Amino acid sequence: MVKKEKSKIGRYNKWGYIFLIPFFAVFVVFQLIPLFNTIYNSFFENYMSGLTQIGPNFVGLGNYKELLSNGDLGVYFKNTMIMWVMGFIPQIFFSLLFAAWFTNPSLKIKGQRFFKTVIYLPNLIMAAAFSMLFFTLFSRVGPINKMLISFGLIAKPYQFLSNVWSTRALIAFMNFIMWFGNTTILLMAGMLGISKDLYEAAEVDGATPTQIFFRITLPLLKPIFVYVMITSLIGGLQMYDVPQILTDGTGDPMRSSMTLIMYLNRHLYSKNYGLAGALSVILLLITAVLSLIVFRAMDFKKETK
Amino acid sequence: MKKNIGSIGIRRAIAYIVLVFFSILCLFWFVLLLVNSTRSNGELAGGFTLIPSRFFVINMTNLFKGSLPVVRGMLNSLIIAALSSILTVYFSTMTAYALTVYRFKGRTAILTFILAIMMIPTQVSALGFVNLVGAMGLEDSFIPLIVPAVASPVTFFYMKQYMSANLPMSLIEAARMDGAGEFKTFNMVCLPLMKPAIAVQMIFAFVASWNNYFIPSLVLYKDEKKTLPILIAQLRAADFLKFDMGQVYAMIAFSIFPVIVVYLFLSKYIVGGVTAGGVKE
Repeated sequence: MVKKEKSKIGRYNKWGYIFLIPFFAVFVVFQLIPLFNTIYNSFFENYMSGLTQIGPNFVGLGNYKELLSNGDLGVYFKNTMIMWVMGFIPQIFFSLLFAAWFTNPSLKIKGQRFFKTVIYLPNLIMAAAFSMLFFTLFSRVGPINKMLISFGLIAKPYQFLSNVWSTRALIAFMNFIMWFGNTTILLMAGMLGISKDLYEAAEVDGATPTQIFFRITLPLLKPIFVYVMITSLIGGLQMYDVPQILTDGTGDPMRSSMTLIMYLNRHLYSKNYGLAGALSVILLLITAVLSLIVFRAMDFKKETK
Repeated sequence: MKKNIGSIGIRRAIAYIVLVFFSILCLFWFVLLLVNSTRSNGELAGGFTLIPSRFFVINMTNLFKGSLPVVRGMLNSLIIAALSSILTVYFSTMTAYALTVYRFKGRTAILTFILAIMMIPTQVSALGFVNLVGAMGLEDSFIPLIVPAVASPVTFFYMKQYMSANLPMSLIEAARMDGAGEFKTFNMVCLPLMKPAIAVQMIFAFVASWNNYFIPSLVLYKDEKKTLPILIAQLRAADFLKFDMGQVYAMIAFSIFPVIVVYLFLSKYIVGGVTAGGVKE
């Protein structure tokens, strides 16, 4: 009897493997094999020089050496990080502020659904179209310049996309507008998860709202805070659509808004597979380290039980 | 006590002012886009206004008759986004089902593995992906943009969370008692119970595919195969000042407004769906 029961369970459980087949078959073909192929390519010299195909010749770590020594990688990494930080600081600041306001029972903010709907909206907009929109609005003859002139704020049109910091600021601003609503909602969920008793106890003890925020909310919010921070950083490293469309892939002025993925895209288009592969592997390693931090902070393992 | 109420009043007023300011900051661009898509090239060159004009239909007609295959592009985007979002939710639910309902050897290891690959950006394997598409002869085909949606760790994670909380094992056992096969039980018992989660994830998957630019731009070359983001990039690359600006705004509006309209109807579910999966409560 016992044996029969066990075999019956076994019979059902083999379906667990069967239902996993589609996911793993597709994962292996479209993600794992390409990933190995990318890593493999990173060890070969393989590009077009004019009309002549060079390689593929095995060069070991030659591509990595070239990437790390010619200086471009460092510049583009710096660009990417500068634009990420410029967008992320206001993003985390206002998201924390709005999440605290929305969840504060004594403030009783009305129209929360409206505000949340509006601030989340830009997150769903096609980044390519949004960038094209900003490109036209902020062009020399665009409506923003016309508006600033008619308000008397500037005398002649300002070339937003010809100056290093205004270009970077536009990109950072767009990233901020697209992501602060998402972050607000995530942080709100985290704040609502904190026990009401703690706040009440603090109020009884005479703590001010500022003290409550810094001594209770922030420390208890740490796991979600780390999650938001690292996922945003990983997203920041992947920054592509906005600067690519805004600057038409040039990363101008003087490649000051060129990001790592735009650099990768350049190598892919010019079919320099060796350097593209090595760059991908470097990006993968950075992402892996960052993911590990999220993994630790969130303690995902507990959840899988 | 009175002083306390007063200070709350001030704080509340500040909160409303800042929130209204940021709402305007979010909406301003789209209002400007909407207004500008109703204005003619001449009017647009004239100056800035927030008063709509009457050239919307003319701009749209010019756009459809113009050199960019926008209607075709929208159809392509629709086909790819619809099919890949269906595949994503169906197979993510199936994968979640395998790891929620069944107990087998290596289950925890597989779960950990899927969580570990969740963060890998698609860009890092793009080179191998392009090589693979070339080797399979699938350039200018939608297959490499649709089929990979079957393996979506993020959607899987959301489904797994939802299923653990909302799928009673007793129902599955009851179906088994009635002699239903495992595959039928999944389709008939599990899928209907997952409807709310499926709806939310389908919207996210659809929007993600609709907005996707990087991978399609590496796979699609022919004009009649291109999706909207690629056409937008092409518009950006063209010599901009020669364009009828009314048409440029019409093109951007054409890509953005379908998503905004859908969002306005479904915002309650979408905003609610942002948190449920990603974050531990």
